[in-house]
Amino acid sequence: MSGLTFPLPPVERGRGGGGADGTAPLDPAPPPPPAPPPRGEESRVAPLRPRRALAYLQAAPLALIFLIFLVIPLVLTGIVSLWEYNEYEIIPALTLQNYADVFDGCLSADLCTTLRTYLSTVKFVALTLAITLPLGFAIAYFLAFHIRSGTVRMGLFLLCTIPFWTSNVIRMISWIPLLGRNGLINDTLRALGLIRQPIEGLLYSDFAVVLAFVHLDTVFMIVPIFNSLARIDRRLIEAARDCGASGAQILWTVILPLAKPGIAIGTIFVTTLVMGDFVTVGVMGGQQIASVGKVIQVQMAYLQFPAAAANAMVLLAAVLLMILGLTRMIDLRREL
Amino acid sequence: MDQPRGRAFYLLAAVFALYVLFLYGPTLTILALSFQGPSGGLTFPMNGISTHWFAKLWEGVGVVDIWAALRRSLALGLVVMALTVGIAFYAGLAFRKGFWGAGLVFALAVSSLIVPSIVVSLGIGLEFRLLDDAIKALAAATGWGFLQDHGTLMGLYSSALGAHLTWTLPFGLLIMFAVFNRFDPAYEEAARDLGASGPQTLRHVVVPILAPALVGVALFGFTLSFDELARTSQAIGGRNTLPLELQGLTTTVTTPEIYALGTVTTAVSGLVIGTALGLTLWLQKRRARRALAGL
Repeated sequence: MSGLTFPLPPVERGRGGGGADGTAPLDPAPPPPPAPPPRGEESRVAPLRPRRALAYLQAAPLALIFLIFLVIPLVLTGIVSLWEYNEYEIIPALTLQNYADVFDGCLSADLCTTLRTYLSTVKFVALTLAITLPLGFAIAYFLAFHIRSGTVRMGLFLLCTIPFWTSNVIRMISWIPLLGRNGLINDTLRALGLIRQPIEGLLYSDFAVVLAFVHLDTVFMIVPIFNSLARIDRRLIEAARDCGASGAQILWTVILPLAKPGIAIGTIFVTTLVMGDFVTVGVMGGQQIASVGKVIQVQMAYLQFPAAAANAMVLLAAVLLMILGLTRMIDLRREL
Repeated sequence: MDQPRGRAFYLLAAVFALYVLFLYGPTLTILALSFQGPSGGLTFPMNGISTHWFAKLWEGVGVVDIWAALRRSLALGLVVMALTVGIAFYAGLAFRKGFWGAGLVFALAVSSLIVPSIVVSLGIGLEFRLLDDAIKALAAATGWGFLQDHGTLMGLYSSALGAHLTWTLPFGLLIMFAVFNRFDPAYEEAARDLGASGPQTLRHVVVPILAPALVGVALFGFTLSFDELARTSQAIGGRNTLPLELQGLTTTVTTPEIYALGTVTTAVSGLVIGTALGLTLWLQKRRARRALAGL
């Protein structure tokens, strides 16, 4: 799937010459090479087996952490989503009731709660993507193609990424003095005589939620797109210009196709961040707007674990489907 | 591309400038407002300048012990930082050698970024609850004394630590990949040819060359952990980290105190980022100096 989007580092090969490279890792007791090894003394070459064993040892902590804190939890969530529960405890007995509850009423004419919640969340995804994608591309393009000095480029790039390293909650709160009823925006507009009554719904509204998403998540677009653009061979652009392509044509037929992997990674990032969010929607929506993540959080708070688990499974499936759709649409396999 | 600056340049430069303003403006606003006078409110105008709200913050915010939460977040961030650097570095080495299942482990790392945080958090929470239930059942069945008053295994250095690592390690690993891609194995081979053992090569050649990148991984590890909220939310016991307390305070605190708190946490993050960047620059300068001295 998207594992294709990041290139794995090249496996080190041919360190000792002869057969001691990565091509035959499980070859039991390789026979001594018939020809003398190119590097002279055989003893200097680290023996194959201990090096292999070392690699497993070095990768083990990482694998173990993902096993204990990612794989097993997801499997358990899947199992618990099929369990019964009452007000006091969860009961390990198989049932599909939790999933039936999630989709309760979805077959009738009216939209059920779940569908409405998903629609609302997908709406946020669409709006956030519609803004962060062009914005992120424009900024990445500016940095990659218009800034000539490498140092300046690095500095401006850092400028964009530093806020990513500070608290998201603080960055959400920081909109209060600007968007509030007596905030800077309303005050300015009133002082200019453009409005009489303060505009309600700047804060604690869909608008505020999308604004915060753009504020927090554009960096996830900029970084991968910048990475893709920086790798484009400038001679391709020169060639296109020599062939008489206009600026727009170069952008559309040369740069954009080559930037697709970065665009895909950025889109996947933003999609999953918005789909699973409950903090931004909570804080910026004044705890009034529904989101899938918030439903799960509330159910956890009421100790309805199997219900929360079923919702989590549905959310996971929805996110994976969206990512699958995205990777299909841009055909990453062919890009890489 | 060495043409005179066109219209596109100025247009994009304007977009960039507006974006940076959009990025930093709000945060700068609350930094300013945290120095609001004692009679000031959550919005402009400033009613004088004072450190009143920092003093109030120092006394504590309501029932929440914010300083204990800050200490917990700092401690956890440092542990996550150390583990992220160590684990990602060795995993990077392992991926370079190649091993059976490398593709699978890599897929897991990428999935860890892509699975929504709330799902990971809920999973870890469930895992630890089921573990607690199992231990309690065991205690009831066997009557072993040391298990009788088992509370929960869930906590800062168990479930929360794991939740943070699922978020920091993929970033650390990707950085290590990028770094090893540019690392010239000739240095290692030279060291080995001069008779250095594996650990000696690592300690005297690989680590010094990669030091700036390792500082970067540490920076990612600490700041991602220090500000992590979604993954921690369901996977922490009774005592919250700072971001969780902060999220709770957004609905209850209606004074500039919360801005003061924002200023303090941003300052901590800024201090860490500044130190890390400074350290990287210093390491690079020192290396350049030594290289010159060696000539």
